[in-house]
Amino acid sequence: MNIVLWICGITLSIAGALAMIRLAKGPSILERVIATDVLLLIVSAALCVDMTINKHTDNLIFVLLACLVGFVGSVTVSRFVTDRRNA
Amino acid sequence: MLDTVIDIVAGTFMIVGCLMSLAAGIGMLRFPDLLSRLHAATKPQVLGLFLLLAALGLELRSWAVLPVLLLAWLLQLLTAPVSAHMVGRAGYRTRHLKRETLIADELAAVVEAAEQREEAEHGRDGNRDRADFID
Repeated sequence: MNIVLWICGITLSIAGALAMIRLAKGPSILERVIATDVLLLIVSAALCVDMTINKHTDNLIFVLLACLVGFVGSVTVSRFVTDRRNA
Repeated sequence: MLDTVIDIVAGTFMIVGCLMSLAAGIGMLRFPDLLSRLHAATKPQVLGLFLLLAALGLELRSWAVLPVLLLAWLLQLLTAPVSAHMVGRAGYRTRHLKRETLIADELAAVVEAAEQREEAEHGRDGNRDRADFID
């Protein structure tokens, strides 16, 4: 299980770094919304990996909340995006 | 024996689930426009989360947590299409897309008809900007 933890940790770290590059570069706010969503999913994936390796359920409520927060966030932002250059 | 098999299955699920996140990260960086990045971002949302929650269920081996895992996955399954639809719609309306990458654009005819109807009712407004937003 130790080697699985290493593989998952490295994979998720690279994924998080790539999502943060897009978050910084993203030409519009909609790209940043998607990148933030991916980053939130990576965090909840890391919580799942931690619970699986250490066999506890402490973080399960955070995984559940991450789904809802991501949904509310992206819907709210995309609802109020207007037709402007560099919006 | 059975424990080892379950551990191997759970470990495989976790690695594949994490690779979904990596695929999303690479897709976010490599794909050319908003709609294709949206496509990459949905990979860890449904299949990736399912694999990780399945691995968690396999490792915990308790029926009590199964409803919570199912609830987390179902919430994600219900909310992911809605938020992707909202982002895609806002992206289309603000023209954050590359039209040459589209195979079919069924919304274009509807938007065109709505604009013509609006012009017929209210007269032409001069400052309409039709240029697409390209990064």
